Amino acid sequence: MNKIKRIFTYVFLSIATFVSIFPFLWMCISMTNKSVDVTRGRLIPGSHLFENITNLFQNYNIITSIVNSLIVAVITTVLTLLIGSLAGYGFEIFRSKGKDVVFNILILSMMIPFAAIMIPLYRLFGRISATAPLFGIDTLAAVILPTVITAFFVFFFRQNTKMFARDLVEAGRMDGLGEIGIFFRIFVPSMKTTYAAAAIIAFMNSWNNYLWPLIVLQSPENHTIPLLISTLGAGYSPDYGVIMTAIVIATLPTALVFFLMQKHFVAGMMGSVKG
Amino acid sequence: MSSSMNNISMQSTKSKRLIQGLKKNTIGWTFILLAILGISAFYLYPMIQAFLLSLQSGMGSNLDYVGLDNYVRLFNDPTFLKALSNTMLFLIIQVPVMIVLALVFSVMLNDPTLKLRGFFRTAIFLPAVTSLVAYAVIFKYLFAQDGFINDFLINMNILSDPINFLADPFWAKITIIIAITWRWTGYNMIFYLSALQNVDKSIYEAARIDGASSIQQFFYITIPVLKPIILFTSIVSTIGTLQLFDEVMNITSGGPGNETLTISMYIYNLSFEYTPDFGYAATVSYVILLLVVVFSFIQFKVAGDRS
Repeated sequence: MNKIKRIFTYVFLSIATFVSIFPFLWMCISMTNKSVDVTRGRLIPGSHLFENITNLFQNYNIITSIVNSLIVAVITTVLTLLIGSLAGYGFEIFRSKGKDVVFNILILSMMIPFAAIMIPLYRLFGRISATAPLFGIDTLAAVILPTVITAFFVFFFRQNTKMFARDLVEAGRMDGLGEIGIFFRIFVPSMKTTYAAAAIIAFMNSWNNYLWPLIVLQSPENHTIPLLISTLGAGYSPDYGVIMTAIVIATLPTALVFFLMQKHFVAGMMGSVKG
Repeated sequence: MSSSMNNISMQSTKSKRLIQGLKKNTIGWTFILLAILGISAFYLYPMIQAFLLSLQSGMGSNLDYVGLDNYVRLFNDPTFLKALSNTMLFLIIQVPVMIVLALVFSVMLNDPTLKLRGFFRTAIFLPAVTSLVAYAVIFKYLFAQDGFINDFLINMNILSDPINFLADPFWAKITIIIAITWRWTGYNMIFYLSALQNVDKSIYEAARIDGASSIQQFFYITIPVLKPIILFTSIVSTIGTLQLFDEVMNITSGGPGNETLTISMYIYNLSFEYTPDFGYAATVSYVILLLVVVFSFIQFKVAGDRS
């Protein structure tokens, strides 16, 4: 009986593993094949990898898209960490009744679905376009601004600040450090793991974001990677080999981060439940 | 005399402390100022704007106040009702299937005597690393009429003719459900696994000695222990599914007909595909907000009543 259960477990998990991994294998194999071979269901690596890559880099906006995605993701991540940790620290270290009320209101905003606010946001940036075109519709700044600060990160950093030794703040004050100095010189260096986890989530969210950039970016030269892939995928006669190459490129950064920093990665995902 | 002196100095330390407290309080506020401004400008203000918009109607930016007309229109709009029922269908089928699967995986992987545990765990979690658009495009191709899934099923003699998954109302929905389940099951599994690791192993030991079968252990120990985290993941998944957009947009574009159209996609279409009607789109978006609130409330209630 126990043996049968064992075998069942292994078979079940093996099937699940195969199903989970297969699309990855398929895209990596297809990246090396001609478009026709991909449709023919060829599952052996081919010799077309170099052609696919040159084709993608010469005929499509891939470089611009990678650069745009990197700009957006890096700036978003830095600002998210800065604003989120300042706020999380502020709410926890300088706790007061008034701040707790504000905190609860901010937390409520986590419930707001993006779909519910995208129209007003779009119109808001339409109005910004009229006065400050550099931050208006069809700019990377417009992609970045609304995603830079979410209640989730305030919550995340507050939860993690609870594990920070408060005595260090007092010690810093004794040493004559200002409050900002204490934050940057004592708090930030001692919370590296928390920052790493938050950076991973922020970067991934930004790198993969689709709906808001789709709405706010119009010209192809401003498109980010997900927009490019979506456009390629919707094409009438798609070149599968080329598209698979683009998808592998888009997946690479997040996959790398996952494999190199698995612990932080999982810690980041679980961050919202800790505490 | 000396007592009044004392009084004065006490008062002055008190007021000193008060000033210091106030100062600290002000510094505290400056720390959180940016977050408050950002969330107010990009979440709370648009939320209010969306409500005001939902009371207006018109094309583009020529909007007039029409009271609750938009809300009445919802009930007579077949496309909206279709989008609503599709979204509900995805929600009611996909979320439970995924959560049960994730639970089964996590219980299996929690067994320390299992070989290749780390490998299985990493593999099943891996889909959570992909971008939604990227995996959606892959699924679109895999499930195409001349795609890999059809080839495979025909070669295995399960099918004699290919199914046009993406053009069939029933199979298109199934494809979307399979895709989302593929992407998110491992993600949820990780939450359960880490919760299970905190469970005292001796509870299971005691249950085994008392003769409880593994199914009984699952229902009487594992589920109750995981309840808070199951609640959390089901709320997150529900909110996610209610906003389903990326996958549908890239796999079926809502088709065939409107058979896989979701509420989010309808809002997008109303604003950016058809002649823009921002007022009505905002009304539809309030439906999502309402559903999110209602479902979260129900899930809290259901979980609370059982305890």
